[in-house]
Parts: sequence; structure tokens; C-alpha cells
Amino acid sequence: MPETSVNILVGGEAGQGLVTIGEFMAKALVRSGYEIHVTQDYMSRVRGGHNTFAIRTGPDPIWAPVEDVDILVALDQETIDLHKSQLTGQGVVIADEAFDVGDLPALSVPFKELAPKPIFRNVAALGVLASTICHDIEDLEQLLTKTFGKKGDEVVEQNLEVLRAAYNWRKEQDFVVECMPPSLVDVGPEGSGRLMMQGNQAIALGALAAGCNFCPFYPMTPSTSIPLALSALGRDLGVVVEQVEDEISAMNMALGASFAGAKAMVATSGGGFALMCEGVSLAGMTETPIVIALIQRPGPATGLPTRTEQADLNLALYAGHGEFPRAILTPGTVEECFELAHKAFDLAERSQSPVFILSDQYLADSYRSVAPFDLNAYPQIEGPLLEADPYYVRHALVPNGVSPRVVPGTSKALVVLDSDEHTPDGHITEDLDVRIRMNNKRLKKAKVLARDMFQPVRYEDEDPERLLVCWGTTLGAAREAARLLTSLGERTGVLHFQQVWPLVPEQFMSALEGAREVVFVEGNATGQLAALIRQQTGFVAHKQVLRYDGLPFTARYIATAVEQSE
Amino acid sequence: MVSVETYGEFETAWCPGCGNFSINKAMKQALAGLGLAPSQVLLVSGIGQAAKAPHYLKCNAFNGLHGRALPVAQGAKLSNPGLTVIAESGDGCHYGEGGNHFLAAIRRNVNITCLVHDNQIYGLTKGQASPTTLQGQKTKAQPMGATSEAFNPMATAVAMGCGFVARGFSGDIDHVADLLQQAVQYEGFALVDVFQPCVSFNKVNTFKWYKDRCYKLDESHDPADFGQAMAKALEFGDKIPIGVIRRYDKPTFEQTAGREDAKPLAYYTVDRDRLASEMLSFA
Repeated sequence: MPETSVNILVGGEAGQGLVTIGEFMAKALVRSGYEIHVTQDYMSRVRGGHNTFAIRTGPDPIWAPVEDVDILVALDQETIDLHKSQLTGQGVVIADEAFDVGDLPALSVPFKELAPKPIFRNVAALGVLASTICHDIEDLEQLLTKTFGKKGDEVVEQNLEVLRAAYNWRKEQDFVVECMPPSLVDVGPEGSGRLMMQGNQAIALGALAAGCNFCPFYPMTPSTSIPLALSALGRDLGVVVEQVEDEISAMNMALGASFAGAKAMVATSGGGFALMCEGVSLAGMTETPIVIALIQRPGPATGLPTRTEQADLNLALYAGHGEFPRAILTPGTVEECFELAHKAFDLAERSQSPVFILSDQYLADSYRSVAPFDLNAYPQIEGPLLEADPYYVRHALVPNGVSPRVVPGTSKALVVLDSDEHTPDGHITEDLDVRIRMNNKRLKKAKVLARDMFQPVRYEDEDPERLLVCWGTTLGAAREAARLLTSLGERTGVLHFQQVWPLVPEQFMSALEGAREVVFVEGNATGQLAALIRQQTGFVAHKQVLRYDGLPFTARYIATAVEQSE
Repeated sequence: MVSVETYGEFETAWCPGCGNFSINKAMKQALAGLGLAPSQVLLVSGIGQAAKAPHYLKCNAFNGLHGRALPVAQGAKLSNPGLTVIAESGDGCHYGEGGNHFLAAIRRNVNITCLVHDNQIYGLTKGQASPTTLQGQKTKAQPMGATSEAFNPMATAVAMGCGFVARGFSGDIDHVADLLQQAVQYEGFALVDVFQPCVSFNKVNTFKWYKDRCYKLDESHDPADFGQAMAKALEFGDKIPIGVIRRYDKPTFEQTAGREDAKPLAYYTVDRDRLASEMLSFA
């Protein structure tokens, strides 16, 4: 676990500009070569309430959020009251001089003097914050100039003036600050060259690299940033992103497009996905490739719309009536979001089946510093065939079950799909022998998926006494917890599933059986992966650490839960 | 050369005397008249007896889920603008289960045709009220009579600004074929609602019932005039107009979205240099 990291928490009401402060500071840190880990906690409202934007930063890699706060930027009194107990010994509060900070070490900022209008207060707060961690002001000046440039020179100049005044005000205070340790990356005049990217943005980028060109969507937190990124990045590439009337339409439109040759994806969260379930079954029956980004939030029903949870593994696994193959990919980092999104299109096309990317609000909204992706290493996925002879049949019975897929309208071949059981040529049938043959054909494709899957990966101690088993976005906290627990006396390792279906027991049983204690760490209340592995292998978890309060895991949360159950 | 025979003859699951046979014939006539080869045509349907129609005509077909023909049809059309796409299903499918898609498709105005086999009853599930069943009509499921007022697809489409709204009757095959040809040629979302008797389950709206009431709109009707169109769309009783009720030009989705001359997405290749430069916007 990095000893050198600083945790900055910006808090306030929605609409106060706390995300602007956070994003500017985070971007400046990334440009200067620092690692960042952003956790956004916000309420389901546009104004008011209490939101936070936490940036954990430092020169070394950072994998998870922490509870302790080193710098608390409070845009309202409530932020001080709610978070003062998290402040570390060396911590400091940055707040308006009018707020009551009690006897906490604080920089009481005269915002009224520093910012001529309330609209500039967030830039003033940014100036004080940057100065407090000794961040180079020129770097922020460049960033502000670039961002506000479109609004004209006057706006840029006003913002820069406030930034400088606030930055210099802090320097004049009789307050000793601990500067950030230097970053480990060579930074040129154009910055570190690293990207500041969220999980959902990386999913969109990975999809685009694979050739995704069609995404109908209905907005739903925390998935909406995927179609938005597809639109922003792909508009000039010819990508079709269309907001539609509901999720049922999104799914069916995507399948219609995929049938006609598009590389289609949908993105939604639990409730929206529930509406898509019949369409998942249609994809299975018609053998139409589809990528589904299911970005979880706590349920049931509307649940906690802006918080995080890993409780929809079962939903993704069992969605859709009838039996048909599928794959479920579960990225643990922003880099894996990119890689798995690319892979999802490959698997969907090669198995002609639905493929899920199962992430959640925590990673969806979490900015990280990542190296630019080598797009040449992620080629466009080959699409369906464009030509066939006039005697073509769509669902020809072939040994591995994957019939050659041709698109309609680009040759003389006729392509027929049916949601009813059908003969190999796609036409409706109630011949029960044909039914058995076609059902077997479709199910055979599970082997294609099982042959080409991401194996669970071991992290930290390779021969541990205690093994933390996790999936998806819990990876980072589990790794930090393993290091913490190892430092407390017991060698602890991590086994991370970046794919939870299909499961191939030979890939992970030795790891499970090799540890004295196996602890499943999952962001749900019932231990869904533990139950699935038990069902598939008979292996029973020794312990479970579960979290379902809507917040992401931290190392301390996991370590405390493990120790308490000793 | 394309002729009616090009589209084949198939054994069907329809009852003898069903209006579906006539609509099937009209479809073949329309497609042959337009000179479209089967490989240029995509019929998309949902579920119901009408939704089986794509199986009984040589063409590309996507027989999808109940109520979802329009989303599939729009997705396919946007994916391959060169295809002639017709969403063909019954009144229960298009107006009931798929009602929200029907409204949205009119607003979106993708260049497709929506053909509705309207027999004012659920046939495949054996005779329950459909959205167009008249209020008070008794069925096995509504023994006291259908309680809801009937849906008026013509008036709804006209009110929503649909650019092409037509009604036909399966008793006049040539007329239905003509309406279908006009609908396919129209640039934008075109609705063709065709009355047909359900010989098994609708004892009210019989062939004779329609025959006695339907009259063809003549040249005195101006479909470009909203007021006239709405008046004809609302006319339903002893006299029911058939023909093109509403027709005017408006921008299609393809035009608005700048995709008029778009190549099929199946030919799409990623511009990697451009994507790389987009990626660097995160730096």
C-alpha cells in the first residue's frame, strides 16, 4: 500500500462546483505524473444535498479509496461536520472563513475577497488547494486557459486572476504544509502524456477500438457516461448513438442493427436491464451478437441510484428465459475496462451470443491515471460475412455450433431469423426433433466461450495462508487489504475473477484448495460468486466479507472484517 | 425480372378465409411492382398470426418479439440504409405491446414502412380484445364487453405529425398493393393500417362489415391538408374512408442525423488515427 499518498476530499452541495475543483486538480496531478484514484459519492439530485469528490494521489500506484482525509476542502458547513472525524493528525481543513472549524487545523479562506463573484469560488478553492500541496501554478494556469479558452479571453483572465490570488493568499498564511513528494514520471512541457480516464470512458474507448458503431440507449445512472463517451469520441468516426424511448427499444434496436451488420452495444443499469431481459433471450435464440454493459447500482428496484453494489451477477447470469450461452466479463481497473470491452466484441461475434461487461458505479465514475492505450494492439474485430450464395441458411448445423453469419442486403443471400424455434434456414417450426437439434447447436457454443476466457489472476502473496477471492471492481481494495493483512502477520493473497462466466474450475481450484483460509469479498449481501462457485465445484468459502451500504470497499473495511471474524 | 412469383408460395398457419392471405398477395404485388429483389427487402415482425407473414414470402426476415418489430426495423434500417425495411405485424403487436415504440417511431421518422394487419382482435391467443376492438364488443375475456375505448391509429398518427398515413381493406388487394407501394416510396416513416376480417374470433368486424362501410377517398381529399386529414382520420362508423389520409414531406431521421448517404455499417472500418487523437483528449 502506498505510504506516500495524500487523500483530498472536496465536499459540498450539488451545484457548488465541487466536481469542477476535483476534476481540475485531478487532471493537473495526472499531467504532472502523479497517480490518482478518484471516488465520487453523490446524491440523486441536481442541487443541494451532500456530495463528495475524493482524490487519493501520490507518486506510487493507488488501487482503492481510503477513509482517512488529509485535506478537506469544505464548500459548506455540513462537509466539515460530516467528515472532521476522518481528518488525520497532519490533516487540514480548507473552508470559508465564515464556517465553524472548531479547533481543527484550518485554512480559513476569505472567499469574498478572493473571488469577486460567487461563481469564481470554486477556482479560488482550487488555488488554495493546489498551493497547499505545492502544485505548480503554471500547470493549472495552462489547464484553465485550455478549458475556458472557448469562452473568450476575458473569462480566462478573470479565472486566472482568482486562481493566482487564492494561490498566493495561501502562501502568505502562517501555516506549514507538507508538499507532495515528487512524481516518478518524466514530465515534458506537454505534461506526462498520461490520460485521466473513468471506467465507463475506458469501456467506450475499448468498444470503439473493437469497431463498435451502434449504441441506442435510454439514460440511466451510472451507465449513461458510456453512450455519452461513444458519442463524443465516435461522432466523427460514423458511430450511431441514439437516445430511444425505453430500454426495451434500445435492446431490440441494437439487435436489429447487429443482424444487419453493425457492431452494437447497449449500456444500462439494473432496472433498465430488467427491461432488456426478453431481448437477451432473443439474442440467444437468433444467435445475434450483442455486448451489454451492465453498470450496477444498489437495488432492489430504484435502490440507491448513485451508489455502488455488486448485486447483479445473478441477474446477468440468469437473465432471459430459456437456455443459451453467454459470457460475463468483470473488469477490476480502468485498464481492464478498456481491454474487456474490446474482448467483449470479439467473444460476442465469435460465439454469436450476448456478452456482458459487468461493472458498477464505483469504477464507472472513478478517474485514474492511465498510460495511453496501444490501439494497434487492439485491432478491429472481424464482423459477419458480406456474401453468400443464394442457398445460404443462417443456422447451418456445424460441429462447434457457430454457423457462418451473413448480413442481409449485401448479397443475393437471404437471411432469416426467428424468435420461434426454427429450422436451420431460420423459418418457424414445431418439429420437436428439430427443436432438440437446434437447442443443442446453440448450447454447444458455450465451449467456444469456455476455451477463450480470462483466467482468474493471483495478486500479492503467491503462496498465501489466507486468500481473498473477489471479482470485478473489488480488486484494488482487496490488493491493498492483502498487503495490510500480511503486514499484520498472516500471509494474504488475492484471487481476482475478471470473468465470472463461464467458470472453468481447473483454472482456480488449486488456488482455493491451497490456502488455509479462503475469504470471499463481494459488494453484495448474499455472496453471489461464492454461491456460484459452490454450485459449480462444491467448494465452500471459509469466510465472507460483504458490503452493501452503497459504498466501495477499502482495505481497512476488508481487513477489519477479516480480523473481527477470527 | 421480378414478378409476383419471385416471392414464392408457402404453406401457412392461417385459417381459411383469413384476411392475411390477401395482404400477403398485396405485399408480393407491391414489391414486384417496385422491382425489388427478395434480397433487397427486409420484413420485420413481432408475434401474432400476422407476424408470421415474413415466413410466407421470399425475403430477408426478422421475426422478433411481441411488440418489438419497430425497434428492430429501425435498427436494421440505420445499419443498412440500402435495405427496404417493412415492419409487418398485427394491431395487438404494433399498437398494444409496442405502443410506445409506435409513438416514438413516428417522431423519429426513420425511412421505413409500418404495415398493420388490423383485425380488431387478438387471433393467435384466441379472441381477446385488442387496442382497436370497439368498446362494448363482447369476447371470451371481456364477457361484459370491452371496457376501454378503441385506439384510433389514424388520428394518433396524423396528430403526431406522421408524414404518410394510409388505410386499406384486405378485400381490395390492388388498392392495398398500391398503398404499400406509395408507403415504401415515401421518404420517411409511413403507416399503412389494413382492415382484415378474423374469421375465427371476430364475429362483429366481418368481411361484410368492412365491405359495407369502407369507401375510397377520391381526389377531393387533400392529404397535405392537416384539417382534412384529421377529419378523415376521425371518420369511423357507418362510413370508413380508405386510401391515403395524410401525406406531406418532412425531414427524415437520416437527413436530420446526416446519414442520408451512409454506407452500411457492415462496411465500417475504424479510423485508428482519428480514434488515437480522440483518446488523447483525455490527456
